[in-house]
Amino acid sequence: MSVRSLRANSAAGGRARRRRRQLVGRVLLYLAVLAVVAWVLAPFAWLVISSVSTRAALTSKPLQWLPDHIDLSNYIDIFVGGGSSTSVHRSVRAGALNSVIVAGLATLVSLVAGSLSAYAVSRLRFRLKGAFLATMLATQLLPTVVIIIPMYVVFRSIGLLDTVFALMLADIAIILPLITWILKGYFDGIPTSLEDAARIDGCTRASALFRVVLPLSSSGLAASGMFAFIIAWNEFFTAFILSSTLHSKTLSVIVAEFSSKVGVDYVAMATAGVLTSLPPVLLALFFQRYIIQGLTAGAVKG
Amino acid sequence: MRAPGARRGARFALPGWSTWLDRPGFLAALLLVPTLVLVFGVLLYPILDTLRLSLTDRVLSQPDSGAFIGLGNYLRALQDPEFRASLGRTFYFALITVPAETTLGLLIALLLNQRFWGRGFVRGLIILPWAMPYIVNGVMWKWILNANYGALNALLQQIGLIDRYHIWLGYPSTAFNFVILANIWKETPVAVILLLAALQTIPQELYEAARVDGANAWRQFWSVTFPSLRPVIAVTMVVKTVWALKEFDLIYVMTGGGPANATNVATFYTYLTTFKFLKFGYGASMAFIIVVLSLIIAFFYVRLISPKEVAE
Repeated sequence: MSVRSLRANSAAGGRARRRRRQLVGRVLLYLAVLAVVAWVLAPFAWLVISSVSTRAALTSKPLQWLPDHIDLSNYIDIFVGGGSSTSVHRSVRAGALNSVIVAGLATLVSLVAGSLSAYAVSRLRFRLKGAFLATMLATQLLPTVVIIIPMYVVFRSIGLLDTVFALMLADIAIILPLITWILKGYFDGIPTSLEDAARIDGCTRASALFRVVLPLSSSGLAASGMFAFIIAWNEFFTAFILSSTLHSKTLSVIVAEFSSKVGVDYVAMATAGVLTSLPPVLLALFFQRYIIQGLTAGAVKG
Repeated sequence: MRAPGARRGARFALPGWSTWLDRPGFLAALLLVPTLVLVFGVLLYPILDTLRLSLTDRVLSQPDSGAFIGLGNYLRALQDPEFRASLGRTFYFALITVPAETTLGLLIALLLNQRFWGRGFVRGLIILPWAMPYIVNGVMWKWILNANYGALNALLQQIGLIDRYHIWLGYPSTAFNFVILANIWKETPVAVILLLAALQTIPQELYEAARVDGANAWRQFWSVTFPSLRPVIAVTMVVKTVWALKEFDLIYVMTGGGPANATNVATFYTYLTTFKFLKFGYGASMAFIIVVLSLIIAFFYVRLISPKEVAE
């Protein structure tokens, strides 16, 4: 055998080895991806399956993982009402309405106030700007239990306990600093030359904000708005302390109550859980680009 | 800083409304009013009031209580074995969850940074646990861990790992660790998203240069990837530590502080003292001890992420 063919042989062997190693690498990669997907999906999938299953299937031993047929009766009872709807279904409906009002209004108010203050810190020079920004950041680090004690005392004395208004104010206190902080990042990214041009044309700074900066940062408003809405929707502790009846109880509070009841209806509980997580989960999945921008702006860029 | 007096002196006519609106200082004040009113009114005032309350012996059910007792509550809280034990549990919680979530987050971020079919889908999916409400997360895991009908018991028995159903949340030793597992499931995605975003900003040239120098994947990670990620890893860990000190919802739903106080962390003990036993003054002092601990971490957090911004 000549030297040349020997070399060719070992080269072919090397290529085959490399290809085999690459193949093993790909297989391991996909196995790892599969494991991550299963880890993320399995718990939530079980909640969804439980919500369309029957009590008999869920309490069977050995456990029947998939129901014989999909039973949507709990969803129907919650949305449509009617004869078979119980107090559980009614409270989920009331809680959903309260959640929408509280999180929706808190987000709107925070977006208005936050875009004004974000413009101020992004474009204007003023005293105590650093202190203002540091305070906004510091509020994010406080345990809610600190602010809730006097909030409860104050709301009690002015008769605002158990109102959606009180819950909304508490949510604003949590999301407004966040919105200010995220929007500041967006405004910083818009070149000032556009405003300068507008001002030469006779715009005041204030009208430049409304005519130039805000229209240009619509994606920033959407990102921070969605991010804030999810946080407000998921807020539990303030709602739990400040609400006591269906006047103001949000979905999170209702779901937490279910789970602590003895002899709980597991299917109804799972249904309430799925419905409570649907708005934030769907928003996050469909607008993930915005949410990721919000998350990274809120935590990394600061 | 400009001297407003000098500027005003130069003009004799009273500036009109639109001129006022063009003054940065005035406009800034005007724009900040709504935020200041809302944040100070609903956040900072309550914090100061908590501080005042913490110096009194206020008990909500006793109208004549509320006398000033100085640092009495703080001294009592720091000597209260129950409170000290709850602080210990909070630190245990942080010490396990923060490194676990950061490490797992880093591994998943590295995985999702590879090229594979369906990458966009998996990257999108990873956000799901983050978006779920804390309470639903707690209810979901409590249901999975249910002693009679839980999916975990069923799964482990069907694959033959256990021979009888376990009361996972009924024993002090396992309850806290399952609460920690539920927290890791929910909070790891934040680390993944932050680290994945950081991974994508590392210039490819650095890897090419490392390859030219003969560095294998392992060496590339330690000499290129890890040093580039270090600031983000640090921020992630600090943010997560602060969040861990705040944890309440999960414990409220999953265990209610039990069994035998095994999951009674500092925020939960503060909640019980304040809203169950109505010792508002005493509870406020505990809340403030947690704040001081958070602020110590916050101080490092602020220094880490925006040293220039804050010094401005």
